[in-house]
Amino acid sequence: MSKDNQVLEELTSKEYEHGWTVNLEADEAPRGLNEDTVRFISAKKNEPEWLLEWRLKAFRMWVKMAEPKWPNVHYPPIDYQDIIYYSAPKKKASLNSIDEVDPELIKTFEKLGISLGEQKRLTGIAVDAVIDSVSVATTFKDKLSELGIIFCSFSEAVKEHPELIRKYLGSVVPINDNYFAALNSAVFSDGSFCYIPKGVRCPMELSTYFRINAANTGQFERTLIVAEEGAYVSYLEGCTAPMRDENQLHAAVVELYTMKDAEIKYSTVQNWYPGDKNGKGGIYNFVTKRGLCFGDHSKISWTQVETGSAITWKYPSCVLKGDYSKGEFYSVAVTNNYQQADTGTKMIHIGKNTSSRIVSKGISAGKSQNSYRGQVQIMKRASNARNFSQCDSLLMGDQCGAHTFPYIDVENNTARIEHEATTSKIGEDQIFYCQQRGISEEAAVALIVNGYAKEVLNQLPMEFAVEAQKLLALTLEGSVG
Amino acid sequence: MLSIKNLQAKIGEKQILQGIDLQINAGEVHAIMGPNGSGKSTLASVLSGREEYEVTEGEVDFLGKNLLELSPEDRAREGIFMAFQYPVEIPGVSTINFMKTALNQIRTYRGQQALDAVSFLGLMKEKMKLVEIDQSLLNRSLNEGFSGGEKKRNEVFQMAMLEPKLSILDETDSGLDIDALRIVANGVNKLRSQNNATIVVTHYQRLLDYIVPDFVHVLYKGRIVKSGTKELALELEAKGYDWIKNEVAAV
Ligand SMILES: Nc1ncnc2c1ncn2[C@@H]1O[C@H](COP(=O)(O)OP(=O)(O)O)[C@@H](O)[C@H]1O
Ligand SMILES: [Mg+2]
Repeated sequence: MSKDNQVLEELTSKEYEHGWTVNLEADEAPRGLNEDTVRFISAKKNEPEWLLEWRLKAFRMWVKMAEPKWPNVHYPPIDYQDIIYYSAPKKKASLNSIDEVDPELIKTFEKLGISLGEQKRLTGIAVDAVIDSVSVATTFKDKLSELGIIFCSFSEAVKEHPELIRKYLGSVVPINDNYFAALNSAVFSDGSFCYIPKGVRCPMELSTYFRINAANTGQFERTLIVAEEGAYVSYLEGCTAPMRDENQLHAAVVELYTMKDAEIKYSTVQNWYPGDKNGKGGIYNFVTKRGLCFGDHSKISWTQVETGSAITWKYPSCVLKGDYSKGEFYSVAVTNNYQQADTGTKMIHIGKNTSSRIVSKGISAGKSQNSYRGQVQIMKRASNARNFSQCDSLLMGDQCGAHTFPYIDVENNTARIEHEATTSKIGEDQIFYCQQRGISEEAAVALIVNGYAKEVLNQLPMEFAVEAQKLLALTLEGSVG
Repeated sequence: MLSIKNLQAKIGEKQILQGIDLQINAGEVHAIMGPNGSGKSTLASVLSGREEYEVTEGEVDFLGKNLLELSPEDRAREGIFMAFQYPVEIPGVSTINFMKTALNQIRTYRGQQALDAVSFLGLMKEKMKLVEIDQSLLNRSLNEGFSGGEKKRNEVFQMAMLEPKLSILDETDSGLDIDALRIVANGVNKLRSQNNATIVVTHYQRLLDYIVPDFVHVLYKGRIVKSGTKELALELEAKGYDWIKNEVAAV
């Protein structure tokens, strides 16, 4: 048993000794984690008994689990008793419309280039904003509900649609799937729920913005998207956190579920605070994302632009259960300074004629480490499965590292698997060529990097592609010369 | 426009330019010829600001500014353009996108507004016609998979777009068949005006049949050893570079 685990075991075995009284007036859970913390969160949210039991079960499993050690990332031990597991923003309340959102929050979003107000006025994107742990605003709700689409915060879904939550929660990512998923299951505070009924194409992008605001808090949100037969939805997720000297933990779980002929497109622009130039501070981003293509001819597509976090540990995956189902993973992961990313995907082919496509573009600068880790698994029953993987690495400077760990596991010999990998460097020749045309060195790097990542950026909805391009440039600022 | 005095430059420990003097006025075309390895590309690189080359002596004045003090991008923004001998590939970046970025950075430097989409498109169409280039080429990743001719034509297109005051064409004829050469030369000729100047760097006389220079300079071992009018190019063609080498040896 690891040392961390011993400590935890000790702490949790005498939990009631150190237990504290639940103060329902508090906006924050007391620091630390034991069964009472779980009860506090559940009580705070007025949850039904079954959900509390579900959380407690997860907690009890988590206590016995160990943090994974296989990722190519290094960090000092996390003190799980030094984290605040629930924190509601100061000005919370149930808001009826976006106009009631704290203007400071709106300003925050506008700084990110996402104007909630604008988005309300223009057609296009429905937004759910999760600050610290609580969903503060969901836009476009009425319009969506006319189509039978449910898009709301997770807590609300627990109240309004308990049968759906009960049916699907944990159906794709079981509570004991991994250490961080178990932790999330025990203490998740809020998140988004989305349900697209049979035959409905969601007419707008659905979007959630996550932000960690308060110090010393962890964020554990949960997203669940269910697309019924023939349904379609494109979903966007953005994340930010302010600069802080200490590391903050983010352990989210995202579950996607598609029925026959349904499609979910899930895009992420992740810009959690990465820490400063010397590697101080930054978010530890340990996220479990998985989609189940349950029905035949269904499709799940992940697109991610990962620029933030001190540590990224994240493998959005597809379980291709339905025949002819399809999984896609498009990723750009940028690391600079002392950032570490270990990210990739898993494509599990179970059904016949299933296909998957992986396009991963890593960019490393500074003293960062960037690893692609991908698994393609073809099960016995999955005849005629196809996979194409392209894993490219771009290096800037000679103090960073790029690594690829592809795992291929084939149990059916009709499978066709292609894997391509390249490593390149931004050439001085390329930069000079740009400079000779009047383009500054920084702009040249941005141009070259965006060109390199184009195939992935093209997968993003238009307005986010522009945002993502700017982010890439920002992340790499000062990384040349 | 451009005044070069006693320019000396080295790369690593190797002294390449041994003292160049050259005066170029608006409206003029100067050809710089010379055998391989004589320092022609080095001169072009030093003028455009490549960092690997260290200027050890001399002065370069461009339109009243000390050129050697400017960053490469500022030289470009002041109006210097180099058509590269070996244009590099930039995957995922189209020529159109590349030109949009370049043009807007130049305009910002000059205190002008960024060009709106419609004006940019208009300008592009006009220049495409001028240099006879197809839009499909401009939509592709810059220089990626381009033939030699396409690369050079693309360089001339960029030159047309940026409307430089001084263009330096480094071996723009190399690797071109006669048709491509004619198209490229045509484009360059159309861009000639009383307000700009051109330096044509070439190994062969051939290009100068199409781009007729006002002056010809022969560069040898890092020095301009002979200058004259376009007849000098013909003489060189007839007598070969050995003639120059012998003449230099005799001095
Ligand atoms: N990067 C370099 N390192 C060392 N020597 C170089 C480099 N570039 C050019 N040279 C040398 O400088 C001399 C001039 O080269 P260059 O200017 O390319 O000549 P030209 O263009 O006239 O053929 C040659 O001897 C060449 O080998
Ligand atoms: Mg040369």
